[in-house]
Amino acid sequence: MSQIKAMIVDDSSVMRKIVERSLRQAGLDLSPVLEAGNGAEALGLLDGNHVDLILSDINMPVMDGLEFVRQVQTVDKLRHIPVVMITTEGSESNVVQALSLGAKGYIRKPFTPDQVKEHVLPVLGL
Amino acid sequence: MTMTQPYQDSSLPGVMFDRNSWTPLLELSTREVFDIMLCTRLQPVEQQKGLSEAQFTALVGLAGNICGVLSIRCSEEAARVMASKMLGMPPDEVDNDSLDALGEIANMIAGNFKGKLSGVGNHCMLSVPTIIVGTDYETRSLSGGNTIEATFDFERKPLWVTLELHD
Repeated sequence: MSQIKAMIVDDSSVMRKIVERSLRQAGLDLSPVLEAGNGAEALGLLDGNHVDLILSDINMPVMDGLEFVRQVQTVDKLRHIPVVMITTEGSESNVVQALSLGAKGYIRKPFTPDQVKEHVLPVLGL
Repeated sequence: MTMTQPYQDSSLPGVMFDRNSWTPLLELSTREVFDIMLCTRLQPVEQQKGLSEAQFTALVGLAGNICGVLSIRCSEEAARVMASKMLGMPPDEVDNDSLDALGEIANMIAGNFKGKLSGVGNHCMLSVPTIIVGTDYETRSLSGGNTIEATFDFERKPLWVTLELHD
């Protein structure tokens, strides 16, 4: 398995660390992870950085996760990157909206490392 | 006694408040978050002294067919231990992460709770968490609201989880 370049988008630095740890526990060989506190910051980091996988919260200040996914899909060089949502907003309407905007998966907080593995590996084709 | 009172935006499906069923759901929602994210079994207790000395408070707003504020209050030491358990590091290595961790715990409890209320999940939004440090503040509930509270023992430290509902 080659190294995966992941980006984690969440306004909680604690949650970003937990998600990164869960990805490593899932067996992913990660190169240094890119971190962003909201969608706008993430879009800025994507300009000039190669990324294989994005995990994003929905409920964030400045730009939420749904708008972030929508904007990723409008950029040719970004829309191939799989985005998995990780959020407390586990309502069915949010799931449908996130998936319709282009997200490839959905993990509801609180989550176990096994749930992260279960949802992330398939979108990477692993 | 069962209290029934509607908490709703008139354009959304109604939700009837029921203290007898909502209080256990709040307890369960809290315990699940601690169980899954901190690998800690929370023990519910009847009452805990020292609420006025809880230095850390995290607030998450709910808006939709239920409106209100969920709060979690604890000591600085308890918040530090929570962060250490979430991050898997010794408590003395936890820095400002204890504030962030408490906010995220409040967020997850609120999300977990509304997800357990039939008909609420799709019609209730959560705010980003707000953190208060210190004890010199007052909160004022809007008139007509109801409050449910769950109290726990976390690592021999008190923890209060409160849901204040607005009309």
